Amino acid sequence: MDILDILLSASFWAAAIRIASPLIFATLGELICERAGVLNLGIEGIMVAGAFSGWIAVWAGLPLWGGVAVAMLTGMAFGLLHATLSVPFGLSQHVVGIGLTLLATSLTFYTYRVVLPEVSSPPKIEAFQPYEIPLLADLPLIGPALFSQTPLTYAAFLLAAICAYTLYRTPVGLAVRAAGENPSAVAAQGLSVTAIRMGAVITGSGFMAVGGAFLTLSAFDSFFFDMVNGRGWICIALVVFGAWRPGKAVLGAILFAAFDALQIRLQQTAIGALVPYQLFLMLPYILSILALVVMSRRAEVPAALMVPFNKGER
Amino acid sequence: MRLEPIAAPSWQRRLIPPAAAILATFVIAALLAQIAGGNPFSIFGLILSGALGSKFAILETLNRATPLIFTGLAVAVAFRAKLWNIGAEAQLYAGAVVTVVLGTGALALPAPLLLPLLALAAMVAGAGLLLGPALLKTRLGVDEVVTTLLFNFIFLLFVSYLLEGPLKDPMGMGWPKSPRLNPEARLPRVVDGLRLHWGFALALISAVAIWLINTRTTLGYEMRAVGQNAEAAQFAGIPVTKVILKTALLSGGLAGLAGYSEVAGLKGALTLDLSPGFGYTGIVVAMLALLHPIGVVFAALFVAAIFVGADSMSRAAGVPSYLADIMLASALLLMVLAILLSKFRLRRD
Repeated sequence: MDILDILLSASFWAAAIRIASPLIFATLGELICERAGVLNLGIEGIMVAGAFSGWIAVWAGLPLWGGVAVAMLTGMAFGLLHATLSVPFGLSQHVVGIGLTLLATSLTFYTYRVVLPEVSSPPKIEAFQPYEIPLLADLPLIGPALFSQTPLTYAAFLLAAICAYTLYRTPVGLAVRAAGENPSAVAAQGLSVTAIRMGAVITGSGFMAVGGAFLTLSAFDSFFFDMVNGRGWICIALVVFGAWRPGKAVLGAILFAAFDALQIRLQQTAIGALVPYQLFLMLPYILSILALVVMSRRAEVPAALMVPFNKGER
Repeated sequence: MRLEPIAAPSWQRRLIPPAAAILATFVIAALLAQIAGGNPFSIFGLILSGALGSKFAILETLNRATPLIFTGLAVAVAFRAKLWNIGAEAQLYAGAVVTVVLGTGALALPAPLLLPLLALAAMVAGAGLLLGPALLKTRLGVDEVVTTLLFNFIFLLFVSYLLEGPLKDPMGMGWPKSPRLNPEARLPRVVDGLRLHWGFALALISAVAIWLINTRTTLGYEMRAVGQNAEAAQFAGIPVTKVILKTALLSGGLAGLAGYSEVAGLKGALTLDLSPGFGYTGIVVAMLALLHPIGVVFAALFVAAIFVGADSMSRAAGVPSYLADIMLASALLLMVLAILLSKFRLRRD
């Protein structure tokens, strides 16, 4: 199959949107944390915990949306831990984040082994099914790509719109952005920088966990240990690539997912037979580094990112 | 709420929080063991006897500590200069790959020449792998946390390619495994008959060497100055960029040595499961040691004992060995908090 044929097929774009969905959730989550001034490196572990907790809740009998809620709450709990250590205590966000990823991952694997001690392969659940939006799904190319997805994908795009609106059009969003740019000014307004930043980290961590849950509840129907496989770190690169803006971050996630979908299809072509498959699997990571390099020259980083705020201190 | 530095912390103030952190770690582990149906107290007994209960167990713990000392030192050196090297995992594999490439016949030299040469080559490989992210940081301001993390995934896929292609053992029955090292390329055992290789001694020597560099050389001083306040260091005439690059070479080189020691000392060949996350565990080791090179040795022994002990506890009591990983992650988070609380107090306002 020719590359052009691939790029013009509806199934390719449907796959791209599907691959982008968990990245959109997690990237938005990371973006909210960073906009408030906190780098959340717990993202990888929180996604693992979200993927597992959502799936195990559904396996135990909860409806699918109940699983999403459980994942979100799990993520928020880890977010509370991160926020407590990194905001009022002002501990190194690098160390706290890496520690949280290690903790969330090992707690997840431990719980898996405790709940399912004997299984050789994880049980399957009834995952989200695609829902065709009436009329829109009949459009050529766009219909199957955009409007025949699972409800959780629609939720991802809805969330992006809500995030963009909240960040730029509401007082809450202004407070979050100001906490990441100029926390002293926020404090001078009588607002609590600590509360704003903690709220942002907790909310953002909840979204990251839903991104993880997308993998088990929508993309697949089961949980595997190496399921998240660096997607969290890729999302951190996507936040930079999207210049800390929700709209651009979503576009970045789709572009990135399109490359990912393309490499999967290229593996099955004549080129794929010549090139070792590991090179294709490397592409997402290489692409993320390239994205960071390309965007490095633009100074749009929130000014107070990674700077702890201690009231009364200059 | 705000943090207020304590001018002269009393000895209680400095000692109690870290002690409480260790205690809390064990309480968390006990609760989790209870949930899994194990008896919390017998669990700790099993971990202890599994790690130190026999000659075999002690040697296993020392062997497990060896790569952790190297990666712990690699992280400690980097973090002290605020270079966030999270890529020790990939740098370890880089050292291992070079050891296998050169140690399977490419360099036909007697052992006394070959072994130091392999060590040097492994260091160069590890250092080279960190140089890229370090240059991206100093030249373009790209955050090294993300780049070094992503390099871990890229390099592991590269190793997977090597083991299925150019480096594949033709006698390996189709397994992705490299050929075995020549006998001259193997690190001998410290004592005949005991399963402990010279990699452990090399790790101890490295720890002392890093301690000497930190305390006795200009570079050691400059690395600390850059870590404490890069702007002030620049102002004081320290070449910050150069110091960061030197730190990267040193850190990557140490991680490369971990790969060399694992292949030449313990395994004799390269597989994809050479390191069960030694690079990441090195972060915990370094933080528990408060980034002190001699402390790294003790922290690595502690961490290795928990891992080895948890493996044998898991077989005996049926509590998942992931308990060890949870203990270490909690210890890491609680310890950084404890160190803060020994120097600051939290004030309501």
